[in-house]
Amino acid sequence: MSETTKNTALFGLVFGLIILTGFMQSWNVALFILNMGLISAIMSLGVNLQWGFAGLFNVGVMGFVALGGLAVVLTSAAPVEGAWSAGGWRIVIALLAGAGTIVGTVMVRQRMAKGRARNIATIVILVVGFVLYRGILDPGVNAVEAINPALQGNLGGLNLPVLLAWPMGGLLAAGVAWLIGKTALGLRSDYLAIATLGIAEIIIAVMKNEDWLARGVKNMVGLERPVPYEIDLQNSSAFINRTEGLGMDVATASSLFVKLNYSVLFAIVLVIIFVMAQLALKSPWGRMMRAIRDNEVAAEAMGKDVTNRHLQIFVLGSAVCGIAGAMMTTLDGQLTPGTYQPLRYTFLIWVMVIVGGSGNNLGAVLGGFLIWFLWVQVEPMGLWLMEVITSGMAEDSGLRKHLIDSAAHMRLLTMGVILLLVLRFSPRGLIPEK
Amino acid sequence: MDFLNALVALSNFVIIPSIAYGSQLALGALGVTLIYGILRFSNFAHGDTMAFGAMLAVLITWLLQSMGVSFGPLPTALLALPFAILGTMALVLITDRVVYRFYREQKAKPVILVIVSMGVMFIMNGLVRFIIGPNDQRFADGERFIISVREFKALTGLKEGLAIKTTQGITVVVAVVCVALLFWFLNRTRTGKSMRAYSDNEDLALLSGINPERVVMYTWLIVAALATTAGVLYGLDKSFKPFVYFQLLLPIFASAIVGGLGSPLGAIAGGFVIAFSEVTITYAWKKVLKYMLPESLEPSSLVQLLSTDYKFAVSFVILIVVLLFKPTGLFKGKSV
Repeated sequence: MSETTKNTALFGLVFGLIILTGFMQSWNVALFILNMGLISAIMSLGVNLQWGFAGLFNVGVMGFVALGGLAVVLTSAAPVEGAWSAGGWRIVIALLAGAGTIVGTVMVRQRMAKGRARNIATIVILVVGFVLYRGILDPGVNAVEAINPALQGNLGGLNLPVLLAWPMGGLLAAGVAWLIGKTALGLRSDYLAIATLGIAEIIIAVMKNEDWLARGVKNMVGLERPVPYEIDLQNSSAFINRTEGLGMDVATASSLFVKLNYSVLFAIVLVIIFVMAQLALKSPWGRMMRAIRDNEVAAEAMGKDVTNRHLQIFVLGSAVCGIAGAMMTTLDGQLTPGTYQPLRYTFLIWVMVIVGGSGNNLGAVLGGFLIWFLWVQVEPMGLWLMEVITSGMAEDSGLRKHLIDSAAHMRLLTMGVILLLVLRFSPRGLIPEK
Repeated sequence: MDFLNALVALSNFVIIPSIAYGSQLALGALGVTLIYGILRFSNFAHGDTMAFGAMLAVLITWLLQSMGVSFGPLPTALLALPFAILGTMALVLITDRVVYRFYREQKAKPVILVIVSMGVMFIMNGLVRFIIGPNDQRFADGERFIISVREFKALTGLKEGLAIKTTQGITVVVAVVCVALLFWFLNRTRTGKSMRAYSDNEDLALLSGINPERVVMYTWLIVAALATTAGVLYGLDKSFKPFVYFQLLLPIFASAIVGGLGSPLGAIAGGFVIAFSEVTITYAWKKVLKYMLPESLEPSSLVQLLSTDYKFAVSFVILIVVLLFKPTGLFKGKSV
């Protein structure tokens, strides 16, 4: 079997499964899996850039995905009236003061000679800077959060079209990734993993607690959409005529139509990013990256700047994750920082990349779809399995009830088993790197 | 008097909780550091191993309670602990046999083992949620306090009260016993010495006839005991919730790295450094400062440096600072 037929068969299998879902469950579920599958594929392309191309062990994917979501709020939400004059500028000045303190500390440490004087200077700058920062920040935050706290209490966004938020998500994630990369990329792989794990938690903590930014755990709901609303479609006579011509229920048709619109938009983004990743992989730059991944010392001896190349690909990969995060928040129509969990948004993406085939973009995309499909469908399958297993038990048996109630937790178990099986028997993934 | 009041307030809200939390972190970090030293990878499944051990203890505690067994003023969970440790030992040995041994024989790169441990993490996490569910479980019983606020106030006549929870006392005692046993084992017994030799220099240890599989097996047994103990103590002190154990992974790794990966002494020191900084930085100092400063200088705000939700940020910042300035940690660890 040639490679092309095998790959086509694998993709055919995954899309066959999604279409089967449409026939057996509902087309709404099938399109939901397809849409999130498209987003997952983009995330897994981002991780594949870092891990597959360059061997960077980034387990902070969740943070960049969340930053993409934040970008949607900051770009497309309407500005809150009076928030900027009440305290917005104060917050900006405070943040600048905080950044200035850090830059100042770094400069002092670079300029001054080692010794007690330098240590004292560092501590003094840090303490004064912190007090100054909190002194400016706190009143501003209080003023902003006092504005209509039940519905707003945040700064709001720029009121731009929501599609612009997707590249903005990428930019925001890239900016933060640059800062992180500057400090953490010199670390060896294990340390980098733990550092990125921590950074992701911090990003989520900031998004949960800084209410002035995007309302924190009070959530932002009703974000703008790039596609029509179902209710408008149901009231439009042209749409009703067309669905009646097809013999479909108007409510179902409108929701399918909206989801299909999203699918088209997401597919366009996926294709663009995929083509770019593919071109990058085949370019001299991509070969250099793989050379660095396979032997850093040799690459360095050939005059390649390993640290800077690592920084470059770390920023690029994170930006891709940020774009995917922005798309996901747009699809949900809401930003809920409380729902970001590392198992779902970091480690699951890693399972996608490893199962699909690290180092191969097509593999990453396949892994994204396949693992997402399983993540959604293992729950009903587990429930069915448990019902079969327990069918012989008494109706009121405690064990039976427990097994059926716990079926929902089968998905984590399944993901672990799949990851271990692939690592053991096909360590290079379903579509291995060439 | 004011000075004493300040001291009591400080002990009550900062020192005692940090010592208890630090002991729990230290036990967790010891497990991480041992695996790193002997098996040479960062075990992402450690938090979930702790959760699994603690879950076994919870289940056995319930069983004992339903049989009417109790441990007097002490929590029944302490009676359940040895059984839970045995169960966890079985689990990690099976995991090693089924999963890790294959990669050891292949001499796989450490980063592959880390990814493998991610898979194990998923499975253990799923297993715990499957068996006991994702919710909060309280299983502490017995006396709540060694000394309560009211007793302390009556005893000393001070305005500030001091409470020591039984669980905090037990945490410290058990941790001290565990660490003493561990160090005795590592320094005095033949197996312990061979473990240290293997960790220092694998080839030399193999040359002198040390059986690597035996060393690995003992490591897993010790790690299982430490992880279960840490998990049970944390669960007794706070409460048992699977997701929280997963989140503990970060401060535990931070402790192990700050102390120097591979160094048991470092892991203990790291645990206390992380615990004390987390608590001091997120504590509202107003109460203590009120006693220490003259009335005119009394602070109007809470004097809380960061809100408690940022405690992960604290461990992380310490981690980065140590990595940047002293990459091998406070006690010289490995830097492979």
